[in-house]
Amino acid sequence: MISRLLQSVTNRRAFLGAGAALPLAPILAGTAAAQSTGSLHAGSLRNNMTTVGNVDHARNGFDPHEILTDWDTGTLTTDADGRRVREYEITAVDVEIEIAPGVFFPAWAYNGRVPGPTIRAVEGEWLRVHFVNAGSHPHSIHFHGIHAASMDGIFGAGLIGPGENFTYEMPAEPFGCHLYHCHATPLKRHIHKGLYGAFIIDPDPARHPEHTDVARSRLLGSPENEAWQEFVMVMNGFDTNFDDENEVYAANTVAHEYMKRPIQVDRDRPIRIYLVNITEFDPINSFHIHGNFFDYYDHGTTLTPTLQTVDTIMQCQAQRGIIEMSFANHEPGRYMFHAHQSEFAELGWMSFFEVV
Amino acid sequence: MRKSMAFGFPVFLLALVALAVTMFDPLARFGTGLPPDEGLTIERSTTEPNGIEVWVRGDGRDDVTIAQVQVDGAYWNFKQTPDGPLGRFENALIEIPYPWVAGETHHLTFVTSTGVTFDYSIDVARDTTPIGLGALFDLALLGIFVGVVPVALGLATLPVLRRMGSEGMVFAMALTVGLLAYLLVDTLAEGLQLAEDAAVAYQTDVLVWVIAAFTFAVLMGLSRMGGRKSASGPTGGLTLAIWLALGIGLHNFGEGLSIGTALTMGNAALGSLLIVGFTVHNLTEGVAIAAPVTRKTPGLWTFAGLTALAGLPAVLGAWIGAFAFLPHWGAVFFGIAAGAILQVMVEVIRFILALGRENADSLSGGTAFAGFGTGVLAMYATAFLVQI
Repeated sequence: MISRLLQSVTNRRAFLGAGAALPLAPILAGTAAAQSTGSLHAGSLRNNMTTVGNVDHARNGFDPHEILTDWDTGTLTTDADGRRVREYEITAVDVEIEIAPGVFFPAWAYNGRVPGPTIRAVEGEWLRVHFVNAGSHPHSIHFHGIHAASMDGIFGAGLIGPGENFTYEMPAEPFGCHLYHCHATPLKRHIHKGLYGAFIIDPDPARHPEHTDVARSRLLGSPENEAWQEFVMVMNGFDTNFDDENEVYAANTVAHEYMKRPIQVDRDRPIRIYLVNITEFDPINSFHIHGNFFDYYDHGTTLTPTLQTVDTIMQCQAQRGIIEMSFANHEPGRYMFHAHQSEFAELGWMSFFEVV
Repeated sequence: MRKSMAFGFPVFLLALVALAVTMFDPLARFGTGLPPDEGLTIERSTTEPNGIEVWVRGDGRDDVTIAQVQVDGAYWNFKQTPDGPLGRFENALIEIPYPWVAGETHHLTFVTSTGVTFDYSIDVARDTTPIGLGALFDLALLGIFVGVVPVALGLATLPVLRRMGSEGMVFAMALTVGLLAYLLVDTLAEGLQLAEDAAVAYQTDVLVWVIAAFTFAVLMGLSRMGGRKSASGPTGGLTLAIWLALGIGLHNFGEGLSIGTALTMGNAALGSLLIVGFTVHNLTEGVAIAAPVTRKTPGLWTFAGLTALAGLPAVLGAWIGAFAFLPHWGAVFFGIAAGAILQVMVEVIRFILALGRENADSLSGGTAFAGFGTGVLAMYATAFLVQI
């Protein structure tokens, strides 16, 4: 009896003071007077919104800080026709990864890491991606680029069973910031388990006479490019209890990693971020920088910004783009960046640039 | 010697079977590839000036490791004492420095090392009353209004019962049975509901029934000790009143536990109207205790003693519930109360039957049934007073 009655109070919080006319009320509902205050905490000015502990990156076999600048440029050769050919090796495996301190996720991963290797090529090259499925389920690589139907990575076109292999061939087109992911079904499961990665095609300056300088600055290894600080960030999420909602959000997998270990940046050099959204279950993800604004190149397929002077952009799943900004006129310090869905930020997608 | 051999042989065989199953694992195919069986029960939470405190207990076959804690969908700093994985039945305190908001709801999610989540809600966050004289006084006052006052008021109906004669006596006693029947069902329901909040591993739901049955058996044995009373007829008068007071006291102890806990954990707010409702609802308890002593003239101290026995446990329950309550203990107490109530029901029924034999001709069964029905209805009707 009593517990039923008491528990039914939940949706009638206003009831707290209902009997105030009788003298007993102040005694038993005495705390009602303090209702507006709640927890005052001396410590609430400190940041407590965080995961507790640290992830063992060595055991994971990858470190989100290394992923930021770890470009897989493959092996470059020139074939008989003088065509530049880049070859990549990618193997899908089952692997358990630590996505937040102490939280282990049974991932499917390209080359054992999530996100998979950041494939980087130059516009116009010919790509050969040798794919081995060493996992326990059928997998594929579906590239967001220009390619033939037979190379699409769907059933009948490069979707292979465990123990099989396949070579995807395609031109590096168009230049921009792209991605690849497994296209085996069920799609949601194959993607949120970790089978995705960034796929960056640098513009060939020779093909863009009107924006040669910009194209050069995007071309990995050029002197102009050296002046930039480039990072790849794949916004992802993990549904650890398989209820079709993410328990953990991050840029490059590990929750709060760039908050606990901020990304060091030199304020004299401009910053370029290759941002990819592969978050499953949620319609969009976003990027917001504190104390600064940036130019944005949607899909990275243009050499002039598609959005200028913004501090927040959003991307639907598989949407991606290039962010360019500078801290040249800023005082050194920690500049926060995160998803501006507070939910994602509070569940791990929260980071810092340490501007020095 | 031979006896112990005979006993030892099946034990030896059992050990052999256990060894064989463990060594050869013949049913291995049913147990492979499964994730660990993690379980976590949240037994108690309080909202303190420095944040939220939660008592948790490992409740699965395998150890459970709390890797992270979310409050309202945000990962939050926390401290676990003692640290480390929780085995079955092991408990720990989780302290979360979260700036909770008074009067609002907060949701907690415990994320284990395998990514499994356990959810818990604080329905209405409010300052947990710190242990102190003031809080003890408030809770005592509450217990008095819920337990002592109604019993005393009920006992005050004694002169009315006296004037009712034998027929009235039967009616009053039957009313008591009706009231007890209502309390019995209610007590079991309370116990079983608490069992849902308790660690699964304790099998608390079964425990409620077993303890009720056990208590009933023990109390029946005690009340019939020596066989003399059973030979000379049913327990009556003051003795029966004391048993009634004890049974009702145990029930009130359980109610006190629930109220104390609910107030502490923010599941309830008691307005004055609700308290008056409880007082009226429990008033019949006093009538029940008074019924068997209508033919006696007990002194004031006897009344005081009966009132204390039936009512004061509510105070004790409120204190324990507010500061040291775990659901499985609550369920156990409700089990005890159910057994005690069943025992007094039996005693009261025997008493009525004896009354019937005394006045074989002048009493109708109709009076008894009317009394029983009135008892149940009175409890049901007054229950509306506590549904505001």
